[in-house]
Amino acid sequence: MMQKPNNMMLQTLARLIILIILSFSIYLLLAGHNSPGGGFVGGLMTASAILILYLSFDLKSIQKAIKFDYIKIIGMGLLFASLTGVVSMLFGFPFLKHFFDYFTLPILGEVELTTAMVFDLGVYFVVLASALTIILTIAEDDK
Amino acid sequence: MNNIVILPIIIPFIIGAILIILYKRHAVQRVISGITMLILLAFSVFLAIYVYQHGTVVLEVGGWKAPFGIVIVADMLSTLMLLLSTLVGAACMFFAFQTIALDREKQFFYPLFLFLMVGVNGSFLTGDLFNLFVFFEVMLISSYGLIVHGGTGYQLRESFKYVIINVFASALFVVAIAWIYSIVGTMNMAHIAQRVAELDQAGALNIIAIMLFIVFASKGALFPLHFWLPKSYYGPPAAIAALFGGLLTKVGIYAIIRTFTLIFNHNLEFTHKGLLITIAGVTMFIGALGAISQFDFKRLLSYLIISQVSYMVMGLGIFTPLAVAGAIYYIAHHMIVEPALFLFAGVTQKITGTTDLKKMGGLIGTHPWLTWMFFIAAISMAGIPPLSGFFSKFPIILGGFEAQHYVISGVALLVGLLTLITMMKIFSQVFWGKQKHTEEQGKIPVGKLLLPILPLIALTIILGFAAEPMFTYSMGVAEEIMNPTNYIESVLKE
Repeated sequence: MMQKPNNMMLQTLARLIILIILSFSIYLLLAGHNSPGGGFVGGLMTASAILILYLSFDLKSIQKAIKFDYIKIIGMGLLFASLTGVVSMLFGFPFLKHFFDYFTLPILGEVELTTAMVFDLGVYFVVLASALTIILTIAEDDK
Repeated sequence: MNNIVILPIIIPFIIGAILIILYKRHAVQRVISGITMLILLAFSVFLAIYVYQHGTVVLEVGGWKAPFGIVIVADMLSTLMLLLSTLVGAACMFFAFQTIALDREKQFFYPLFLFLMVGVNGSFLTGDLFNLFVFFEVMLISSYGLIVHGGTGYQLRESFKYVIINVFASALFVVAIAWIYSIVGTMNMAHIAQRVAELDQAGALNIIAIMLFIVFASKGALFPLHFWLPKSYYGPPAAIAALFGGLLTKVGIYAIIRTFTLIFNHNLEFTHKGLLITIAGVTMFIGALGAISQFDFKRLLSYLIISQVSYMVMGLGIFTPLAVAGAIYYIAHHMIVEPALFLFAGVTQKITGTTDLKKMGGLIGTHPWLTWMFFIAAISMAGIPPLSGFFSKFPIILGGFEAQHYVISGVALLVGLLTLITMMKIFSQVFWGKQKHTEEQGKIPVGKLLLPILPLIALTIILGFAAEPMFTYSMGVAEEIMNPTNYIESVLKE
């Protein structure tokens, strides 16, 4: 009988690494609209962090912890991205016209908030959810 | 107000996204997507009338001035294509409600359908070459999803070839775009047209013209890149096959018409009179021969697409206002009649359970309405007056003789005869002869199935009897696209 492999190293390290990857992916998402990064690469990186979870722990316990329906998140992401364009139409500007301004927030100080970021957030959700859907569909295939 | 031209692209996109969220509730999906198609149809009618009355509408997306940003341009040609594509889309959607199996319906059928409409409408409306590539991809990726929809072994095998040829064509498209960008330094089609005119379409620009032609020809199924079409259109259910037969090849043809009237119109002897006419003639003949040799309803119709689309390329190749107007008329006629024939194939399949012509017969005894509606579509396809098929072939062939292209015009006449033979073959095999289906099959009611086809049949009659206003409109479109300064000025605002 095959013994259960000892995953302690992987599981301990995964907890640490995931924190780094997740925070960096959020940074990439927020920086995206005017420096390298963006929703696409941010989404992929978050997906890879969640994948490490799936790899180091088993499929079922992670599915218990993360109870999102990824397919619905794809739809939400598409809505986010497209409605960003539509909102500017409602105010009489051309489709996808983008706006930005500077705000002073507590803790963070002065930050630039743009509507391009909402678009990026939509892309982030789409990429994250579709990458995970594809990988999990293939993973569940050999049952 | 210019924002209205983005709506045919953005409405199906948003609804498609909502349908993904509602993916478990297919009854709701059905209602929403049906209403969406009707709204789109009503809107594209409005847009066509608006553009006809007020001239070309240009939207600079995101407020970026042309030629730096992406423009969405609605001129008469694009609004006509838009109107036809939403009409075909709506008919196929309502036909699908009754014929698509439930387990297929659950597998994202409606979102894929709507994203296909996004890609098709976007390709018709965009005024930017790279953006055209993007919308082609949106359309193709949805079509990959739809063509394997249901996942039978046959579909998977044939769709693989479909995917391979389209990925190859898309790669070639990007290469051609990169090359033309390195020469003229812009992606805006109006701006490209202006600069190609300054360079008098010399040297490498002719090669790029041919590369783009190869790309669009493989989407439009022109010889020798037509081989993928009959087999891959045979696999999916009739509603999807009708949608593809009506829309996808015509997007390729539209792209050929757009690029070869707007951009590459300075070396007519080589591109139009040489390349386009030769390819059109060969395609026409081979498609018609393929159709005659087939004994399967859907495959025969697929070969028919190949021979019919080349009439449009022929009209463009002759490049006189009369012939181009004929090509425009032909697109309208073909986009109405071809999906109707495919949907009839779906109806007969529902009754007899087969698409093999030899196993059908005597449907006229049990389903007279079906028979006579098919008869109208068939003789319209064959080009018998007074239906739309005659009034669309006539100006093309007349234009060919006037411009002294006797060979191609002769081929076109011969192919018209061959088309008539194929139509007679279907009619005599399926509807005449001894009844080969059982009595229970003979009692299957098809009234509801015929309802979505009825508008298409009515339109081919109307386009035939009201040929004069429709031809005046086609003439207007032809004069507009053969005179690209209007397009260039309305985009670049000079």
